[in-house]
Amino acid sequence: MTERYDVLVVGAGPARVAAARAAASHGARVGLLDAQARHGGQVWRHDVLHGTPRPARIAFDLLARTRGHVEWLPQHQVISADHRTLLVETPRAAVRLSCGSMVLATGARELLLPFPGWTLPGVTGAGGIQALAKQGWPVRGKRVVVAGSGPLLLAAAATLRRHGARVLGICEQAPAAAVAAFAMQLWRWPARAVQAAVLRTRLAGIPYRCGSFVRMAHGRDALCGVDVDDPHGPLHIPCDLLAVGYGLVPNVELASMLGCALDHTRIHPCVRVDTLLRTSTANVYAAGESCGIAGLAAARIEGSMAGHAAAGFPAAATALLPSRQRARRFADLLAQHFALDARTRTLAGADTIICRCEDVTLAALDGFTDARAARLATRCGMGACQGRICGTTLAELDRFPHGGTRPPLFPARLATLATGDPSTP
Amino acid sequence: MSHYDLIVVGAGIVGASCADEATAAGLRVAIVEPGPIGGGATACGMGHLVAMDDDPAELALARYSLRRWEDHADLAEAEFSRCGTLWVARNETEAAGIAQRVARLEASGGEAEAVDAQALYRLEPALAPGLCGGMLAPREAVVYPPRVALHLVRRARQRGASLYAGRAVRRLGRATVTLDDGTVLAGPTLVATGCALPELLPQLPLRPRKGHLLITDRYPGLLHHQVLELGYASSAHGTAGSSVAFNVQPRPTGQILIGSSREFDVTDPAVSGPMLQRMLQRAFDFMPALRGLQAIRAWTGFRPTTPDGRPYLGAVPDSTDLWVAAGHEGLGVTTALGSARLMLDLLQGRPPAIDPAPYAPARALA
Ligand SMILES: Cc1cc2nc3c(=O)[nH]c(=O)nc-3n(C[C@H](O)[C@H](O)[C@H](O)COP(=O)(O)OP(=O)(O)OC[C@H]3O[C@@H](n4cnc5c(N)ncnc54)[C@H](O)[C@@H]3O)c2cc1C
Ligand SMILES: Cc1cc2nc3c(=O)[nH]c(=O)nc-3n(C[C@H](O)[C@H](O)[C@H](O)COP(=O)(O)OP(=O)(O)OC[C@H]3O[C@@H](n4cnc5c(N)ncnc54)[C@H](O)[C@@H]3O)c2cc1C
Repeated sequence: MTERYDVLVVGAGPARVAAARAAASHGARVGLLDAQARHGGQVWRHDVLHGTPRPARIAFDLLARTRGHVEWLPQHQVISADHRTLLVETPRAAVRLSCGSMVLATGARELLLPFPGWTLPGVTGAGGIQALAKQGWPVRGKRVVVAGSGPLLLAAAATLRRHGARVLGICEQAPAAAVAAFAMQLWRWPARAVQAAVLRTRLAGIPYRCGSFVRMAHGRDALCGVDVDDPHGPLHIPCDLLAVGYGLVPNVELASMLGCALDHTRIHPCVRVDTLLRTSTANVYAAGESCGIAGLAAARIEGSMAGHAAAGFPAAATALLPSRQRARRFADLLAQHFALDARTRTLAGADTIICRCEDVTLAALDGFTDARAARLATRCGMGACQGRICGTTLAELDRFPHGGTRPPLFPARLATLATGDPSTP
Repeated sequence: MSHYDLIVVGAGIVGASCADEATAAGLRVAIVEPGPIGGGATACGMGHLVAMDDDPAELALARYSLRRWEDHADLAEAEFSRCGTLWVARNETEAAGIAQRVARLEASGGEAEAVDAQALYRLEPALAPGLCGGMLAPREAVVYPPRVALHLVRRARQRGASLYAGRAVRRLGRATVTLDDGTVLAGPTLVATGCALPELLPQLPLRPRKGHLLITDRYPGLLHHQVLELGYASSAHGTAGSSVAFNVQPRPTGQILIGSSREFDVTDPAVSGPMLQRMLQRAFDFMPALRGLQAIRAWTGFRPTTPDGRPYLGAVPDSTDLWVAAGHEGLGVTTALGSARLMLDLLQGRPPAIDPAPYAPARALA
């Protein structure tokens, strides 16, 4: 059977909560899909020790008050999409959901750059381990190095410390001058400045090294230390965990499957939207990181805009345009000051594994200029992640981006894919 | 203008095989391919090397070709895996036809044996209960076609062939071809462009026939043979607008490759939800355990299909030095090597080892 909604919001981040609320405020019947068991996405993830962050609690409370119209669908993983019908897998069943319009708030994933040793157990994404720690994964007493780029490293370090990890240092690849220039601009976004100050006190005593990056991770069966390139000379830091993230990459696979045009002006595509957040596919809207990395504030505003527009109230969306522009400017500032040092893209050696699903090394990909030819000849991108990780990496390494999307969007039970709508032959 | 003894247009499994044969025979060869080598239908199929007995001509070509495939049994690139083919009978009627099929396959020089229901479940315990036995062709195998095509093209280049990569043939002239960048090559020309055949040779009728496939995560030990329903032939050789058949394959990786569907008159390469559902439901009927496995990717491909289902192999009527090897439908990986040998014999004026008449392109114009 196919369940019908006025508006379906598909998402992973704060954008979708705002979108659901905005759409419901006009009386629309809204379905809010979430692959996770709990609200919150990446930034607002519920914490087993510390609960849900305050702004998230407020947002969820407001959402609860509009309950009449918003149906929250947890553990609903979108497997494929066709026109405005989604095939969705839950832990026990498969369902089909259709809608009048759809808001995509599929968020972003972490950018991982390969270096020798990056596949060792103990090396994780910075956001990845932050999420794991919040879910109760034990980090207490572990010696952790946090590395990569951007303000998210601070948040990851703070979470790890709150959960009892010994954070030995933060390696920020951006040079000190760029980070200082960024901090100088923060007064224009008072909320961000406060956030930064809070983080700074939480991180007191943890060395913050600018212009430094992890060149190599050591260990036989698991991580035991990292080599760091630092402006003051090379360092070796023994550690149990390395949390490394070089920023975020928009998740565009679902949009692409729905036929939405992508914007290819940056290294990684994002969903192309107009000022009302309409994609090129009729009645499909996109909000938040999937249409360009911009952070929490922009995601919430865009979520609201898309929600209003999807419910058929474009004027309410237009009213939010100025705040959207302001929030997006913050994103430009981030991108400018935390631009990646070219050296971080040259760390992988010939025998460094690039495709982690299929164990394909960098050397095996030499000579290919096209993702499809490389995939057919080496199996690169043929595994469970379908090129999400290696495709992103290879685009960043200026090899070749990965191609389009075939169903399923995520590995799914065959029974799910066999779930049909009896009304279609 | 560069001159060649043979210009091979298209480097799917068929063109690649022809280029390989031609260079082995000492010809100076040019290969023209706009996309990745083996990136057409060759990248989309199951790579099952199988003899089908319902058309004697196709059986002869398949058998001739399967012998050539044995030369590649140890080639790492081929990922050759001799899993054998197990055909299953759903009912007594299908089972009753087995003896005759075994006889035909053996008469063609192959190995086949009937298996009773008990033996069937010993061979494949995951099959649904209630099946009526089947037929085993123990020496049949599966390969990974795109890398075989790549290997054959590399070998041809080592023997001196020139590869015009990223280039397509725009026009055929009198023993010349014009590429999309204006380059003109001269020499006898062999068109092996699969489904794109009508663009260069519109006089030879050919239709694309869409198929869906799906691959799972790794489940080593669940499936041991390529398993098909005996009714597969009526799906493959029937002319229904659309059909599905149970057809599953154990990949050397431990993955399971699931087919297959056939549709005429569809040109959109998108995976169709309803077609995938039909195909999977069919597979579950025969192997319920598949339901719980994790799917990784589904995709589609197009089989180059002639009106009688046989490939065009030979000279293009009313032309000089123009040859064609295309239209292998769902069996082109199996029959590519034999097709290439046959083409070389015709090109060089030798009598081929098998009768070429059933494949003569002239039949389409008669
Ligand atoms: C023997 C064998 C084993 C294989 N094993 C695996 C495996 O283990 N894992 C795996 O991932 N693949 C596997 N493949 C499949 C392979 O990755 C390709 O999917 C296959 O070659 C078909 O290519 P494609 O049509 O998907 O084109 P691609 O190479 O994917 O290029 C075309 C791209 O365009 C997109 N596209 C084209 N048309 C449409 C459309 N209409 N709608 C939406 N998108 C469209 C597709 O999304 C696709 O990404 C295997 C293939 C073979 C032959
Ligand atoms: C779903 C499916 C399952 C299958 N399963 C099997 C199986 O199990 N066993 C089996 O034996 N067969 C199987 N097949 C059939 C087999 O894949 C095909 O018959 C075979 O690959 C055809 O090869 P080809 O070289 O003729 O065509 P292609 O591989 O399509 O090659 C044609 C080439 O010509 C190129 N080309 C096109 N136009 C031009 C131009 N103007 N100039 C230059 N080059 C050009 C194309 O780029 C392409 O690379 C299957 C097919 C499908 C779709």
